[in-house]
Amino acid sequence: MKIDVKERISKRGDPGMEFDTIAAISTPMGEGAIAIIRVSGNDALHIGDKLYRGKKRLCEVETHSINYGHIVDPETEERVEEVMVSVLLAPRTFTKENMIEINCHGGIVSVNRVLQLVLKEGARLAEPGEFTKRAFLNGRIDLSQAESVMDLIRAKSDRALNVAMSQLEGKLSKRIQKLRRELLETVAHVEVNIDYPEYDAEEITVNILMEKAEIVQNGINRLLQTAEQGKILREGLSTVIIGRPNVGKSSLLNSLVHDNKAIVTDIPGTTRDVIEEYVNVRGVPLRLLDTAGIRETEDIVEKLGVEKSRKVVSKAELVLLVLNYNEELTTSDEELFEISQGSDRIIIINKTDLPEKIDMKRVKMLAGNQFIISTSLVNDEGVDELEEAIKQLFFSGEIESEDLTYVSNSRHIALLNQAKKAVDDAMNAINEGMPVDMVQIDITRAWELLGEVIGDSVHESLIDQLFSQFCLGK
Amino acid sequence: MSFHGGDFDVIVIGAGHAGVEAGLASARMGANTLMLTLNLDAVAYMPCNPSVGGPAKGIVVREIDALGGEMAKNIDKTHIQMRMLNTGKGPAVRALRAQADKFLYQHEMKKTIEETDNLLLRQGMVERLIVENNEIRGVVTQTGAEYYSKAVVITTGTYLRGKVIIGDLAYESGPNNQQPSVNLSYHLQELGFEMVRFKTGTPPRVNSQTIDYTKTEIQPGDDIPRAFSYETTKFITDQLPCWLTYTNEETHQLINNNLDRSPMYSGMIEGTGPRYCPSIEDKIVRFNDKPRHQIFLEPEGRNTQEVYVQGLSTSLPEDVQHKILRTVPGLENVRMMRAGYAIEYDSIVPTQLWPSLETKKISGLFTAGQINGTSGYEEAAGQGMMAGINAARKVQGKEAIILNRSEAYIGVLIDDLITKGTNEPYRLLTSRAEYRLLLRHDNADLRLTEIGHDIGLISLERYENFINKKALIDEEIQRLKQTMIKVTEESKTVLESIGSTPIKEAINAALLLKRPEVTYEQVEKLTPPDKRLDSEVAEQVEIQIKYEGYIAKQLEQVEKLKKMETKKIPENLDYNAITGLATEAKQKLTKVRPLSVAQASRVSGVNPADVSVLLVYLEQGRLKRTENTK
Ligand SMILES: Nc1nc2c(ncn2[C@@H]2O[C@H](COP(=O)(O)OP(=O)(O)OP(=O)(O)O)[C@@H](O)[C@H]2O)c(=O)[nH]1
Ligand SMILES: [Mg+2]
Repeated sequence: MKIDVKERISKRGDPGMEFDTIAAISTPMGEGAIAIIRVSGNDALHIGDKLYRGKKRLCEVETHSINYGHIVDPETEERVEEVMVSVLLAPRTFTKENMIEINCHGGIVSVNRVLQLVLKEGARLAEPGEFTKRAFLNGRIDLSQAESVMDLIRAKSDRALNVAMSQLEGKLSKRIQKLRRELLETVAHVEVNIDYPEYDAEEITVNILMEKAEIVQNGINRLLQTAEQGKILREGLSTVIIGRPNVGKSSLLNSLVHDNKAIVTDIPGTTRDVIEEYVNVRGVPLRLLDTAGIRETEDIVEKLGVEKSRKVVSKAELVLLVLNYNEELTTSDEELFEISQGSDRIIIINKTDLPEKIDMKRVKMLAGNQFIISTSLVNDEGVDELEEAIKQLFFSGEIESEDLTYVSNSRHIALLNQAKKAVDDAMNAINEGMPVDMVQIDITRAWELLGEVIGDSVHESLIDQLFSQFCLGK
Repeated sequence: MSFHGGDFDVIVIGAGHAGVEAGLASARMGANTLMLTLNLDAVAYMPCNPSVGGPAKGIVVREIDALGGEMAKNIDKTHIQMRMLNTGKGPAVRALRAQADKFLYQHEMKKTIEETDNLLLRQGMVERLIVENNEIRGVVTQTGAEYYSKAVVITTGTYLRGKVIIGDLAYESGPNNQQPSVNLSYHLQELGFEMVRFKTGTPPRVNSQTIDYTKTEIQPGDDIPRAFSYETTKFITDQLPCWLTYTNEETHQLINNNLDRSPMYSGMIEGTGPRYCPSIEDKIVRFNDKPRHQIFLEPEGRNTQEVYVQGLSTSLPEDVQHKILRTVPGLENVRMMRAGYAIEYDSIVPTQLWPSLETKKISGLFTAGQINGTSGYEEAAGQGMMAGINAARKVQGKEAIILNRSEAYIGVLIDDLITKGTNEPYRLLTSRAEYRLLLRHDNADLRLTEIGHDIGLISLERYENFINKKALIDEEIQRLKQTMIKVTEESKTVLESIGSTPIKEAINAALLLKRPEVTYEQVEKLTPPDKRLDSEVAEQVEIQIKYEGYIAKQLEQVEKLKKMETKKIPENLDYNAITGLATEAKQKLTKVRPLSVAQASRVSGVNPADVSVLLVYLEQGRLKRTENTK
């Protein structure tokens, strides 16, 4: 290329000409808060339409309108999130580009999933402060504010880096390093085959690359699964409250949440479905599930609820079984003991303000060495003891959480998804009969992307590896 | 004492592989050029291995040719053997390598230089530069001759304060006992250039008549005639083979026993040696579990018995070298003719250069080749080519030519050097190129002939051939994309003959060509073009269709980066005044002074946030300027 003397002068305020499409979560994520995913750039509406299902397509609606609908995974058409999508057409937008804003009601997991879908459809995860940067570069923000734009970029990216790094728990970074090592030796070996074709190193075949690709694909998938499921610490220990109708399950949930989300009534069977809440009990994050009471019933709706309870119990990591102090043990109670057998469990004897009718000996026998906590939830008694018991259970490690490694940072997830795509591409190339050096392009890319997750993508290290692994020279 | 030697447009110091390309390019572009070199008998001398090309490097040779340089043509005239490497792999990594007759190579090159208009080749040792107000004015030689010019290209290779080391013997010398250039190095330091000391080495040479080749494996050249240059029409058919043998336990034992006599371990050597060119003693220490190392025996020419012992680079004492050689099968009775040695030399820190290879410190002064911290003839020649072109253009008041990373290996090489610097002699590797699928051996002409022609180094005739070739390629690709191959008895036999499943319904010819086992040959049979295409055109058609997806993907990446490439940064931007930049970024950017935002993003220690801040800052500056002019 010859240096073009006439410096191309970019037309300010000419939206979308300059940049690709970016996306990011723009509200701080927290329990219950509404999260907005902003997408800006030429393809914003196009990407939105691939995911959004509503009355009209987003490219057909009025600008500055808000549209109700769902975000689906286009591969399966599975609904991921109920959303309101604002459509904002250039140039009357913050960035002066086409924008959409997807309002999600905020479960961390689903918001992240929506974001990942947006990225998968072709948007790029925005750099910190990039929306503001574009607003400036597209002439939306006044020249006098340039300084503060630069400060903002710096501040935001420093913070993002800190957050990303602090979330890069040792274990995750070790796992990724392991995957990278898995790739590096092979990648370096292929490079030696290419750059030193006469050197007596064995030729790496596509079959060997395939094996490596599979290992790494599995590794990345496992990491991404932790992101999907959102294991402990992020999503909380899944905790289910079970008990016959009217024993006070919803009251228990409310006590733990300190708010009245579940409907409390004195009509047995009020809670017809499963209610979900996130709480943090003395440092232990819980995902609390309140279920319908289990009892024999003709009511079909409730029967379904019962079945759901059984199912939920089987998946739960902690079971809170509530019994009524004021009533005799029933076969249903016994049944509940049975279905939760083998789970980590705390038995709660509620309504101790009322006369004792329950057979405590029998309860103790059924509970074995598990915690039994007496409460009177109307009087707010026993909740402290319960919380203490949960904490003890968790921190003494009795609750086995499968795996503490988890990925939650949007950037990490996005990079892992890209790495996965690169590995998939490599495997496809192998199947199509591409030569090793072509397959290598995608394998190397995967290696680099994994490096970006842990903030290490120095290309030089491949060359270092080359010369430390092989004895080359004249 | 001193006297006026003459006035020139461009002066090239040195006539090694960088110097000759620089001098020829400059003269051919119409600049009155003087080439000064220490010894006229060492023009285009190969102090190390007698070969040209190989992966990445061979592609550089092709690029030099597409730009109108000489290396390709010269090796085409003087090789003793040629081979295409990596033929079992994809087209991106194929590369040509030639064994040179190193004496003939020199003679041919010298002859070409002598016959070139505007070019004066003269023996002389430059000791000082004439600099006024940070602008180059000329050079002064040891004999007091003052030559004046508007541009100077320094291509002094490993001669700057060169020091040869063999065992415990060390003496000031250029390669192969040539005179070193001592004063120029000190002079460059006085001028304020930051210098580093590097090291390299070479193996012993032996007499062919004392080799028992029956104990070695033959390594012949290719049967098919090959050439580096697109212009070569005469092919050398009479080739000489190389030979392969190995070190063994005895060799290693001997070396281990004599390690204490190695200057590498006695601390006599201070320069940093390249990892990719370790001496045999290095290899044995670092890879002590490797039971044997390859030794290639390469003839140094047709009219000599000297053989280069590739793989035995060493600085052990001469007597040990002799014993080492004799442990190797085939070399039991060998007679050594020249001992191997290590050589230390000064080079300048290449981040002191602009992408044009002009120094930032002194306007009109260019450096190219090993002085910039590279190794290898091809790397040197590629830089020499660009420095020569840009020196001539500077004199002619034209913009510099900068090759992109996506355009040429030469672009990768120069960008790496000036943006990242190097802490060991830099060697090109295919993995240094992020777009190696675009930088192929086969398409060097498609990438660069246009530029070569624009700057006046490619003849009209060659250019017309090139345009014609390009048109043929495009036409044929279009034709195949529009042609359907039908299910016929013929299509069945043709496909079955190469073990490909016969088609069940009519299929697009381009699609058929995408099958891994199908080549253009079969497609051509099934749908012959009006006129049979020559093999180079056919090759392009096949590659461009077969790897379309991959090529498109890389082009897309290039396209993304282009936007950043077009965002220029003023040469003298004060990075310290940009508050949003991280301290490390400020320091690094101040040192490198990149000319585009893309280049800035490649400086180590500069992160995406810094790039964003830089973009905003530049936009702000641009806006202020436009507001002022209103
Ligand atoms: N006396 C007394 N009443 C309680 C106590 N805890 C809960 N209740 C009352 O018991 C009734 C049922 O409470 P819920 O929390 O709705 O019971 P539940 O188990 O969720 O019932 P379903 O959802 O219908 O299965 C309400 O009227 C509560 O006020 C307690 O400790 N003492
Ligand atoms: Mg309830």
